[in-house]
Amino acid sequence: MLTARTNRWLALTVGGIVCLTSVAADWRQFRGTDNNSVAGDARLPTTWSDTENVAWKTPLPARGVSSPIVVGDNVIVTSSSGYKQDRLYVSCYDAATGQQRWQREFWATGRTLCHPTSANAAPTPASDGERIYAFFSSNDLICLDLEGNLLWLRGLTYDFPTAANDVGMASSPVVSGETVVVQIECEGNSFAAGINALTGETRWQAPRPAQQNWASPVVWRGGNGGKDVVLVQSGDRFTAYDPLSGEIVWEFPANCSGISSALAHGDVVYVPAGGMTALKFPEPGKPEVAWQENKLGAGSASALIHDGRLYVLNSAGAMTCGDAKDGTVLWRGRLKGSFWATPVLAGQYLYCVNQEGLAQVMDLAAEGNIVAENSFGEPVMGTPAIAHHALYVRTDGKLWKIENRGQ
Amino acid sequence: MGRHWALALSATLAIVATAKSAEIDLAAAIEAVQRVGHLGAGNASAQQSWPVLAAAAPDQLPQLLEALDDSNPLAANYLRAAVDAICERTLAKGEKLPADALEQFTLDTSHVPRARRLAYEWLAKVDPTAGDRLIPGMLNDPSVEFRRDAVARLLDAAGKETDAEKLKPIYRQALSGARDLDQVQTIAGKLKDLGEEVDLSRHFGFLFAWRVIGPFDNVGGKGFATAYPPEQAIDYDAEYPGKANLVRWQEHVTVDPIGAVDFNTILAKEKGVAAYAVAEFQSEEGQDVEFRWGTMNATKLWLNGALLAEHEVYHSGEDLDQYIAQGHLKPGKNVILVKVCQNEQTENWADSWKVSIRVCDETGTAILSADRPEKSPTQSVEPKPANL
Repeated sequence: MLTARTNRWLALTVGGIVCLTSVAADWRQFRGTDNNSVAGDARLPTTWSDTENVAWKTPLPARGVSSPIVVGDNVIVTSSSGYKQDRLYVSCYDAATGQQRWQREFWATGRTLCHPTSANAAPTPASDGERIYAFFSSNDLICLDLEGNLLWLRGLTYDFPTAANDVGMASSPVVSGETVVVQIECEGNSFAAGINALTGETRWQAPRPAQQNWASPVVWRGGNGGKDVVLVQSGDRFTAYDPLSGEIVWEFPANCSGISSALAHGDVVYVPAGGMTALKFPEPGKPEVAWQENKLGAGSASALIHDGRLYVLNSAGAMTCGDAKDGTVLWRGRLKGSFWATPVLAGQYLYCVNQEGLAQVMDLAAEGNIVAENSFGEPVMGTPAIAHHALYVRTDGKLWKIENRGQ
Repeated sequence: MGRHWALALSATLAIVATAKSAEIDLAAAIEAVQRVGHLGAGNASAQQSWPVLAAAAPDQLPQLLEALDDSNPLAANYLRAAVDAICERTLAKGEKLPADALEQFTLDTSHVPRARRLAYEWLAKVDPTAGDRLIPGMLNDPSVEFRRDAVARLLDAAGKETDAEKLKPIYRQALSGARDLDQVQTIAGKLKDLGEEVDLSRHFGFLFAWRVIGPFDNVGGKGFATAYPPEQAIDYDAEYPGKANLVRWQEHVTVDPIGAVDFNTILAKEKGVAAYAVAEFQSEEGQDVEFRWGTMNATKLWLNGALLAEHEVYHSGEDLDQYIAQGHLKPGKNVILVKVCQNEQTENWADSWKVSIRVCDETGTAILSADRPEKSPTQSVEPKPANL
């Protein structure tokens, strides 16, 4: 039996979630504004080609494995180049035409080494709708307004020289209110930090395990009695921080994945640990395991939920569907190729783009039947974005907009 | 008439005053962004000042570029973003950039390489001939980016050359300027095909003659902070308690083209261990140098007993110039000591226990020990006690 206090907490939580999820059709950070990979009401084509449904494609200044984000009619992408991967780009394109509106370039102030398949531009930028927070493997955090005016910048490895990983960092920042939260975990100085979105000042800095980690924090909208919490996962713990103060709201011991990121949905948090572990909250701030299922282990991609079902993709292309209520495996399917990018959902269709750039469109209403395959002809490492009924994909050298044309 | 003169004079004075005021504003704005420092210090005033920088006129670009000479990496990014904004706005309005001033700045090697490169890249956008005119003369430029471009042009030229007799000189010329491993390896491969071996170890300045001692205990990573006897004094005749047995110095000459000192081979493949390697370097004069090294292991580096750098990182990537430390060589003999720690990770990709160290200047140009032989050794030398 739920207590009145718990009822109130749940009401605030769910209300907050519903309210904030419908903020806009932008795609403002990694895996979308709410970090859930879902643009439920978007209407996208399932097929495209050189002559069909490609609104535009435009060359990018350099490589990157970060995702595009969409803020209003701006599409923002980060890239990096140079023999030492020390040149950083933030580029803004007109969503309607693909024309570049502006581009700002910076020099990395931190370490720039990374695996050849990755890039300094690995973390996806984030936005609060007014400002862009571009983050790089070198731990350079750069804030620009939507016109490309520089507002502030930080060099977090410049500040903390051992905060670096020569395989490359990849954790993407998130924005909650007026705080940008970054997660920097490596063998050196490891921490999560809340940065004042307006000034670039550090609001708080919390020590994290000194272990390599590429997972990204997640904003659980309204997850703390109507207030946001930011979920941060590591090899030995899963922590919920108050984004404004950095106070630990709750913490749960868990051997979390170092790549695939968590998912918050309704009043449950899905943690990529021990396969998948669902946390429920009978009392505020006191997580309990609702279920745990080894067969729902993710690879590099992160899980998503649609119609009460959890979808988990491993690196080799095996998609597993489980019941989000209890973790029961419902079906498994096989996709072609291996995956870094997280699948994204529009309507009943799941868009899964493998490393070779083959987009496989899965119909979730038909137990994962693949209804179309479309090749971008270039490697794709970054998760696509969906905004305003269009799919934005960053391939190795280009930015693409896919949408229904002539309808 | 007199009234007209007075009006004209006051208008001129107003323009001069406005220009002077703009100069003062720009100088103050530059100073404000140059105060940006660690932990976000100075961002608030820089945020106020950046629009002033970005609103500067195109003919003020040299002033902004010059400011890069005295700016820390964070301030440099404020300045470069302003330069980009000015150039972008100017071109969007159909106006011209000051090409002559940008070219003059590009060619002035008294400025920091990044500022010159920034000037050049905007120049190249408005003057398509800039690359052909300027880059070929930059093979030995202080900027490694310009060098790289110059080398790339020579490689392109070699690729189009049909007269085999002319290839060797082109590749040799390219090698003289090449500092990046990929370009050097490409050139070395081409010259090898033409019957000429490139001494990579010498080209990069890798240290090859070492004395090595170990293994010491590094179980649980505790050895990294433990000052074992070689950190107190270098005595090639001494023996010390190691991890399991008494250990003593032994000579090792690496024949690896990129100078790898592989402790798994020299000592034994083991986990949770630390080893030391010492090299002597004869310098003809006192000089500032860079020590650059690559390793998968945790390292500490000393020059003449002074700790220059330490990196307690294990199996997190490796590259030629992964770590860089500045040091000052004294005339005569210098002693370079490196400690290389292996942890206890069991994955096969975590077996590596080695280091490659080179001495060079800030462009990556090798600085060689005065007693270095003309050719780097190509024959393995069996480890033997150092005092024999």
